[in-house]
Amino acid sequence: MAAAHKPKLAVWKFASCDGCQLSLLDCEDELLAVADAVEIAYFPEATRAVVKGPYDVSLVEGSITTSHDAERIQKIRKQSKCVITIGACATSGGIQALRNFADVAEYTKYVYASPGYISTLAASTPISSHIYVDFELQGCPINKLQLVEVLNAFLHGHKPNVASHSLCIECKRRGIPCVMVAQGIPCMGPVTHAGCGSICPSYNRGCYSCYGPMETPNTASLAAWFGKLGTDRADVVRKFRTFYAGKDAYRKESERHEQR
Amino acid sequence: MSNAKKSRTIKVDYMARVEGEGALFLKIRDGKVSDVKLKIFEPPRFFEAFLRGRKWTEAPDITARICGICPIAYQSSSISAMESIVGAKIDGPIRELRRLVYCGEWIESHVLHMAMLHAPDFLGYEDAIQMAKDHPDVVKNALRLKKIGNELMTVVGGREIHPINLRVGGFYRTPTKKQLLAMRDDLLWACDASVALTKLVSTFEFPDFERDYEFVAMRHPGEYPLWEGRLVSNRGLDIPIEDFFKHFEEEHVKHSTSLHSFVKLRGAYHVGPLARFNLNFDRLTPRCRELAQEIGVTPPCTNPFKSIVVRGFETLYACEESLRIIESYEEPEKPFIELAPRAGRGHGCSEAPRGICYHTYAIDDNGVITDARIAPPTAQNQRTMEEDLAAFVPRHADLPDDKLTWRCEQAVRNYDPCISCSCHFLRLHVDRD
Ligand code: SF4
Ligand code: SF4
Repeated sequence: MAAAHKPKLAVWKFASCDGCQLSLLDCEDELLAVADAVEIAYFPEATRAVVKGPYDVSLVEGSITTSHDAERIQKIRKQSKCVITIGACATSGGIQALRNFADVAEYTKYVYASPGYISTLAASTPISSHIYVDFELQGCPINKLQLVEVLNAFLHGHKPNVASHSLCIECKRRGIPCVMVAQGIPCMGPVTHAGCGSICPSYNRGCYSCYGPMETPNTASLAAWFGKLGTDRADVVRKFRTFYAGKDAYRKESERHEQR
Repeated sequence: MSNAKKSRTIKVDYMARVEGEGALFLKIRDGKVSDVKLKIFEPPRFFEAFLRGRKWTEAPDITARICGICPIAYQSSSISAMESIVGAKIDGPIRELRRLVYCGEWIESHVLHMAMLHAPDFLGYEDAIQMAKDHPDVVKNALRLKKIGNELMTVVGGREIHPINLRVGGFYRTPTKKQLLAMRDDLLWACDASVALTKLVSTFEFPDFERDYEFVAMRHPGEYPLWEGRLVSNRGLDIPIEDFFKHFEEEHVKHSTSLHSFVKLRGAYHVGPLARFNLNFDRLTPRCRELAQEIGVTPPCTNPFKSIVVRGFETLYACEESLRIIESYEEPEKPFIELAPRAGRGHGCSEAPRGICYHTYAIDDNGVITDARIAPPTAQNQRTMEEDLAAFVPRHADLPDDKLTWRCEQAVRNYDPCISCSCHFLRLHVDRD
């Protein structure tokens, strides 16, 4: 059965480090197969060629930080059958959402000598606060195997097999001794979305939650544990304010510990 | 005919096959470039601002996120800067592992650039996937080579993008000798594959274009530079890295939205593979130097289009250096040295695949960062890229618009620019109409 056309894939970038789209190019073993299964219609990091929309699948990296980008994402939604956001920036505002807790004018003055030329929004927001998103893949950066799974699922019309439980389950599966219990190292694993394969605990360090909050995380309980381990309040704030600072669950927990 | 036109405008609204968002704009009047702008519209991400208030130990994890293509460069420079504050000197196996993980990044980034992003320019393809249809083995071998770079980053750093294992003082966990030796056969293959790739790219047709650059790179007494060294140039600069801002200055140029770096009182300079190669040829391995002789690309090499060949030499170097390290590696007793913070300022610089990446931080007695400044390589090259375009276009003004546009894009891609490094890459004016 000959398909009328290969599904068209577009990859878009907003405020980000490019790491998540690089994950696609880092699929060394799968890249040529992916390129066979879809038509790479728009992906400026990889190709000069531009095929006009509409697109079957749009992968969106990066967060919205300028008014121009807030308009651009609307146009992308209109041209895309399905929008998948990839990474912490696109799903939560990313590390640049640290500005949401600060005065952007002061930030601008600190970084740029001519702050007047800078046009930027006061907050860095995820794509889903602007448009409907069909699927969000978490991670800073995303796991490339999960990306292949998600693409595959959308191309074949089934639900992506991406677990939403906590990182702790991944540690148990891999038989990694808990760094918090065994070594007293504060670890964000209990409230962190699975997906990385528990890299940090396997390297004797606590998770710093580059995969962001799991579904319904009990952040208050974990913060209380940190207290018992001797983590001071400022450090608790920092722990909840990294790559997923913009996510409600983490934002609220960080604000609870902020000394005013 | 287009060459008969008196006035032409070359516009590329979105530069492809570079990292980050940039555009190119050139105005040509009577065969001369009257305006050249490499516009950067990457939105500001404010790293230097929000680093204030973070712990010094967090800098490597946070600055990695400036750029997904060269996270090790940011991690290395921030770690060196922090260690310099407390006067720590890291030697032995930990230092070797740092070079090893950096070699992984060089291999990954250089091969990505050479084969996937830049070779298609020379061969006339829109991208590497198109190219793969006619040259399947070239692309497959390049992918395998790139993967070996990524594996080095994973085995030492824990992950290929934003590694988790690098810390101030060393590593969280060091690999076993066995884990490293498992990479040996792959690396032996990689040496041969990088020779083959280099030979292949050296057969490309290079525009006849040379410029008299001030090359700036690090220089180390005994090694090809990666993590440590002084800053030197072919015009007599020879300074410790802490003097960076005494000699380099960042200026806001009216016509451009971005920040340009200059050598004080002299002007634009060139960082990256070509600069390292010209200034450190004697520090390459014999095999690299022989390959360079055989191919006929030796210092002084001042044709920026040939940087693709030089990336090949550096890829071979990184593969050979990795082999040397894994073979002589001895597992350290402890993966890191415990360091206590004290108030002060420190400086760090390392050689990212695309050139020197300089950081300076001040911290207080509790290790909380109070000031941060970062000069990423692409920002330093930006002025040079514009000057290249201004010099290149008049000589090739007879090309039809589409060809000239492609060549101009390529002239920028020579630098493998990494525009997402928008920490303070630019004084930015968002203007994208
Ligand atoms: S989520 Fe992380 S890896 Fe992905 S683009 Fe953002 S900063 Fe980069
Ligand atoms: S363990 Fe946590 S911080 Fe480490 S890679 Fe996984 S999600 Fe990220």
